[in-house]
Amino acid sequence: MAHPLYRGAVIAGVAESDEIGDVPNKSSLQLHAEAAMNALADAGIDKSEVDGIATAGVSTMQIAEYLGITPKYTDGTAVGGSSFVIHVGHALEAIADGRASVVLITHGQAHLRGWNDTRNQSQPRGGGAPDPSNLAGQYEAPYGVIGAPQAYSLACMRHMSQYGTTKAQLAEIAVQTRQWAAMNPKAMMHSKETHPNGGPITVDDVLNSRLISYPFNILDCCLVTDAGGATVVVSPERAQDLKKQPVWVLGIGEAHDHAMISQMPDLTRTPAQYSGPAAMGMAGVTHDDIDLCMIYDSFTYTVLVTLESLGFCKPGEGGAFVSGGRLGPGGALPTNTNGGGLSYTHPGMYGMFLLLEATRQLRGECGQRQVPDCKVALVNGTGGSLSSTGTLVLGSD
Amino acid sequence: MTTQTTYRKPVPMITPENERYWQGCKQHELWMRHCNACAKPYFYPRDVCPMCGSRDVDWKQMSGRGTLYTYAIVHRPPTPGFADDVPFITAIVQLDEGPRMMTNLTGIEPDPATITVGMPVQVTFEDLTEEISLPKFRPA
Repeated sequence: MAHPLYRGAVIAGVAESDEIGDVPNKSSLQLHAEAAMNALADAGIDKSEVDGIATAGVSTMQIAEYLGITPKYTDGTAVGGSSFVIHVGHALEAIADGRASVVLITHGQAHLRGWNDTRNQSQPRGGGAPDPSNLAGQYEAPYGVIGAPQAYSLACMRHMSQYGTTKAQLAEIAVQTRQWAAMNPKAMMHSKETHPNGGPITVDDVLNSRLISYPFNILDCCLVTDAGGATVVVSPERAQDLKKQPVWVLGIGEAHDHAMISQMPDLTRTPAQYSGPAAMGMAGVTHDDIDLCMIYDSFTYTVLVTLESLGFCKPGEGGAFVSGGRLGPGGALPTNTNGGGLSYTHPGMYGMFLLLEATRQLRGECGQRQVPDCKVALVNGTGGSLSSTGTLVLGSD
Repeated sequence: MTTQTTYRKPVPMITPENERYWQGCKQHELWMRHCNACAKPYFYPRDVCPMCGSRDVDWKQMSGRGTLYTYAIVHRPPTPGFADDVPFITAIVQLDEGPRMMTNLTGIEPDPATITVGMPVQVTFEDLTEEISLPKFRPA
């Protein structure tokens, strides 16, 4: 018997802000607003119909006020970059409960040119004493573990040591993701026209790029960009009159098992080990049913450890699994077809953009990079220091 | 001893909950919270045992011995205060008593060829301020 919430909601609209990448003259709120209005236009839904709101990085009260919305359902779940994926699951539950029929989920982060109004204000930037309520400031920052590259590189080294995973295998992920980026004109690293360092890369290019926090070179690390994104989730009833074909939410899952990287129970397993089976079980799908994976790629390692944690391969087999072009164009498991956080965009909390690409692939809107016959997509957002995950299974009719 | 005016990296803050920990470090001793119900120590210091929920918790001195659980070598300074330190080694150490903690590995070249996950390590303390000494680890 199907799960009672199976196909309980529909993704009706998705969009980026007007521009993404290097956007010098816009604040985070402007990026939220642009993306929100673009996503509503994509859905063919007027702002007056929005009765639920969700966001992270800024208060839902701020976003709703700015846009002139009076929501009856509000979700400020903020667990890092996975938040927006988790918001979709919560929206489904609110819709199933009759508390909302059109939920607008927004994201926006601007920080390349000092419009840094939402990013990482809890982290110590200088040498002062940390806020005692910030445990990472107390027990990690004094050692120079400040920011994602430091935390994730520690986890990656544990995997390499425990399983013999190599830097060349990790580099394969960056190379294949860049191949997808070459087919997405919105990707920052699409080509030399879009960025001086854009265009195809090789495993050697990754291994020879600048070291950030060993074992990560800079090409193991995501971009740092400005961007906004938004997703509109509606009830199955409201979905009967949409501008575009509906994308069904088939399964949802969420979990977190630590906050600081030093407290992670197993550095080689993310909470996707919990959220993945929950989402796939609700959707009633197996790994063989998945046509597209959208996996948060803050770092190359994030993809490898997530695929293992989701059960696409066994623990420790990720290095071999991602090699040989499996994730790239023409591969058996097309993954991160927008070019990912590694080569498309990554404004700090990237999870929203997983939703955009999965929806577009399921609608068949992706042109040159379209995955043939794409019916079922798995989305997995990761937030914090490999701390939180949200998994969705999405499907087209 | 480095004074706070010249020390440009984050300095931990003593609070009622962690005061005993930093007092120990000041004496170059590693003390951790110990759950009397579990009969096990845990880190970081808090008044409720994260394993069983007991509030019957104590303090115990650790041996200071452990093994390297994982490490990384930081090449890009995370804040300007670390500019003179790079490359330096961040590490998670697992104490012989069980708890894992973030630290720096010192007294060894920051070179993957010389560092081995699982290698035995021993606590050492860096005096940051009049009040704070930071526990770090070196090869045992």
